[in-house]
Amino acid sequence: MIYQGKQKIWSDYQKDIPDDHWFYVRSCIRQSFFPASEKYFLKICRDLLGKDVYETEHHTTCGGIAYHSDTIPQETAMTIVARQFALMKEAGYKNLVTSCITSFGNYTEIIETWREFPELEAKIRENLWKACRREFDIPEYVAHASDLIFKFKDEIGSLAKYHLVDGVTGEPLRVVEHIGCHYSKMFPHKGFGGAEYPCVLSGMVESWGGHVIDYPERRHCCGFGFRQYLVKANRGYSVSNTHKKFESMEPYHPDMIITNCPGCPYFLDRWQYVISEMEGKTYGQNGYGIPVFTYEEVAGLVLGFDPWDLGLQIHQVAVEPLLEKIGIPYDPKKKYLGLDGKEIMKPGLPTVLKCC
Amino acid sequence: MDFGFSISPSSTINLDKVDFTLYDRLCEIEPDAKKCMACGSCSATCTAGPWTGMSVRKVILGIQRGKESEAEKMLKGCMLCGKCTMVCPRGINTRHLILSLCRIYGEGER
Repeated sequence: MIYQGKQKIWSDYQKDIPDDHWFYVRSCIRQSFFPASEKYFLKICRDLLGKDVYETEHHTTCGGIAYHSDTIPQETAMTIVARQFALMKEAGYKNLVTSCITSFGNYTEIIETWREFPELEAKIRENLWKACRREFDIPEYVAHASDLIFKFKDEIGSLAKYHLVDGVTGEPLRVVEHIGCHYSKMFPHKGFGGAEYPCVLSGMVESWGGHVIDYPERRHCCGFGFRQYLVKANRGYSVSNTHKKFESMEPYHPDMIITNCPGCPYFLDRWQYVISEMEGKTYGQNGYGIPVFTYEEVAGLVLGFDPWDLGLQIHQVAVEPLLEKIGIPYDPKKKYLGLDGKEIMKPGLPTVLKCC
Repeated sequence: MDFGFSISPSSTINLDKVDFTLYDRLCEIEPDAKKCMACGSCSATCTAGPWTGMSVRKVILGIQRGKESEAEKMLKGCMLCGKCTMVCPRGINTRHLILSLCRIYGEGER
């Protein structure tokens, strides 16, 4: 009976995700930071899982960055979002899937606001009509792209060529999972596991053979925090946040970090270089950093895609030691070759952080 | 390398590493120190507080967290008027507690 009780409580933390037919909206910044992640999300969903995921070149930013940076009012963000919903309606879709955590939070916040204040929704409908003669329907379902990968994690696991295990010892890799703040801290019931037990990434890691590390600052912000980074005078707060997280996870010797937000992998990756230059400290083994991945990159590695096709050469922290640990083959000569086979520019080497 | 910004010192307090000698000594002399629920009534009524930064609540909290030098600095602002004792809902003789703390700090100096 107690087990049933626990099972019932846990069911409150779950959410049902529609199986198919999604309207996909991209992130503003991910294609610069982690250029192959969105491409491989679509490739995995469409080619491997056979799902219908539609995207249009006409969609824009959701306004989330400007809204959270206090540069536009929420009504402006709402009208931008209303236009995305109008595009979705025109394409004949009812389920929205977002690449970005902040977009997910923004869409969810706006829909919840309209539910509380219907007069505001009416005003936005009027704004949109005046601006571009469009009408919208509120999506039946809003999901983050990591929700879909979580839903199909076992299917991906069954197609896996590699697992998150040490290729020599067979021990599971020690993985830190970092969930973007706007995933379930704003609206806990919208995320798998709520705000207390968010399992969207830990579920993937465990399904693909890794071991999730629990550490004191596990749910701490990555450090981006919008104005913390965007205003240079505040940037010390941003790097201090990240420093706090790394100091907290260091004793647990993580092999890698997996994230589901555009900002988190960028800051957890790039700030390792900045911290190494400021304090002379690195957090990985033998002077390397801890490699940071998006969940699409990890799914791509598990499925056996080429690491350089997944864009891992764009990372600040070298991924080669981890690839060797898992036993994933890679060609160092192809690391900085573009799609046309010509060499792209090589980055300069940091003074402290070891890179390949 | 100068990035134009820097890492702020951590404000994390590791209670496993805090030296509780002073707090234990205080509780020995003033067992009522354990009764404090940090409501802040003492600080709210403190005449010296707005001008000197004195706060009995912060002094007790500081000693519990190993911030002894900060607590000592605050104690120097106390005028021993006793208003804090009159408002304490737990009936702690805060004036006497402050005097005892000054005595403990005095012992350290000797």
